Amino acid sequence: MSADTAVEPVERGAAGQSAASRLFAGGANAGHAAHLAAYGTMPRRAPGGSLAQELEASGLTGRGGAGFSAWRKFAAVDLSRRPNRYARRTGAPVLIANGAEGEPLSFKDATLLHNAPHLVIDGLLAAAEALGAGSMFIYAGAARLEPVAAALAERADARSIALLEAPDTFVAGQASAVVNFLETGRALPRDLAGRLAESGFKGRPTLVHNVETWAHVALVARYGADWFRAEGTAEDPGTRLVSVTGNVPSEVVLEVPGGAGLGDVLASAGVGLDAVSAVLVGGYHGCWVRPSGMVLSTGAPSGGAPSGPPSPGAPSAGWVRPGAGVLHVLGVGRCGLEATARMVDYLAGESARQCGPCMFGLPALADVMKRLAAGSGAPDLVREVERLSALVSGRGACHHPDGTVQLIHSALETFADDVRWHLAGQCLAAARADGAAQ
Amino acid sequence: MNAGGPAARLHIDWTVCDGRGLCAELLPEALTRDDWGYPLAAPGRIRGSGDATNVPLTGAELVPAMDAVKLCPLLALRITRP
Ligand code: SF4
Ligand code: SF4
Repeated sequence: MSADTAVEPVERGAAGQSAASRLFAGGANAGHAAHLAAYGTMPRRAPGGSLAQELEASGLTGRGGAGFSAWRKFAAVDLSRRPNRYARRTGAPVLIANGAEGEPLSFKDATLLHNAPHLVIDGLLAAAEALGAGSMFIYAGAARLEPVAAALAERADARSIALLEAPDTFVAGQASAVVNFLETGRALPRDLAGRLAESGFKGRPTLVHNVETWAHVALVARYGADWFRAEGTAEDPGTRLVSVTGNVPSEVVLEVPGGAGLGDVLASAGVGLDAVSAVLVGGYHGCWVRPSGMVLSTGAPSGGAPSGPPSPGAPSAGWVRPGAGVLHVLGVGRCGLEATARMVDYLAGESARQCGPCMFGLPALADVMKRLAAGSGAPDLVREVERLSALVSGRGACHHPDGTVQLIHSALETFADDVRWHLAGQCLAAARADGAAQ
Repeated sequence: MNAGGPAARLHIDWTVCDGRGLCAELLPEALTRDDWGYPLAAPGRIRGSGDATNVPLTGAELVPAMDAVKLCPLLALRITRP
């Protein structure tokens, strides 16, 4: 997906909610004047004071995939920058806005940087003031940095923000890879015995957030926690951007409230549920789900949906973590096992080849998935998938192996019927299309 | 692992380990080797989705684990808190 896709109009929130876009209120490709007209100027705050409190009360979570509490990371950096007789002297914190978006199915960060770069800048500046940060970086691929550079040139208060050109690889966006890139020029994840918040870039407390998270920080700094919580649910407050791809009329970025129904979001993208076999939620490290009754949420919705990740065959609703906000639609008539095998093959190729279990284990998994998808029905293929999955899980410097295993497991569950047919040497996907164009 | 939990953990830096397996020889109770030779927590040592990069050690394994840390040619190992 190119930055050109980024000018796609961004639609309002799904689920019939009146969410006028928060992140794109400045309009397409908003310059500083349009930005200020839409959002007003940033209020001044006492350093180290209320931004942390507002962030905590807002319940904002990271929008890059892992979904950690934004406040906790903020507080950890705040803590480790304070003089502490047990710690080494640490130096001023480093703030990084991560727009590398290595996920091939995601283009919401590119869209955000294209249309609302000033929000990302504001988020960094607000945090820098509160944390006494020394250095700020915006990290993204070359094409995405162009609108950011133009935005920085428009204002005098952001001269301390430097741009960093991210390489175009899947793992380049992992937080430790970002820090490694800053130090060594190689965007490879590194062994993390400690936490970045305590000791990141050159041992300094380092706060890495996805660019969309920074944009929400800018809004929380402006309007406060209550405003933020006016959209979304108690468990998943605020809005988030999602990239909708796959068998869709056109690929689009939508801003949706937390707790949105997957079916509603798809409807906003012009996709009817009867045309959908399954949806990959969260990206290549995400989960396949059947969309009917499914809710996108970072936490268990209190409103009656069963707790925990969705169980197949559950009568009504389940919930699924939106991860990096990717919704990839698998149309009726396409084979989920084949789609998954292709993704695992891609992921195996994107192993940074540093860690043995990942470097050897993912290609082995890709190979077994390929055989399963091809319907070359050896009955022990599934057992071999399970064995290899257990072997790679948790055994890498980053979560690449774990994310890959999650994708595979969700495929085996969601496409359990297909697995049985494939093991018997047949694929039913085309037949199920029931005459639909394939 | 006794009920009191591990005495310490052996952290493996996967980015440098090359899987020749010296550590598994020094700690036969705690480590085996996977399909490709890389150190793997012995069966049953890590329950469920436990942390496979920080292998729990018993008190009796501490001394040989420290040897492994010293002898690992790539400095891939370190002892961390339980
Ligand atoms: S786990 Fe894989 S992708 Fe992650 S650092 Fe190691 S080799 Fe690279
Ligand atoms: S001795 Fe070191 S390099 Fe060799 S297998 Fe063990 S951890 Fe890896």
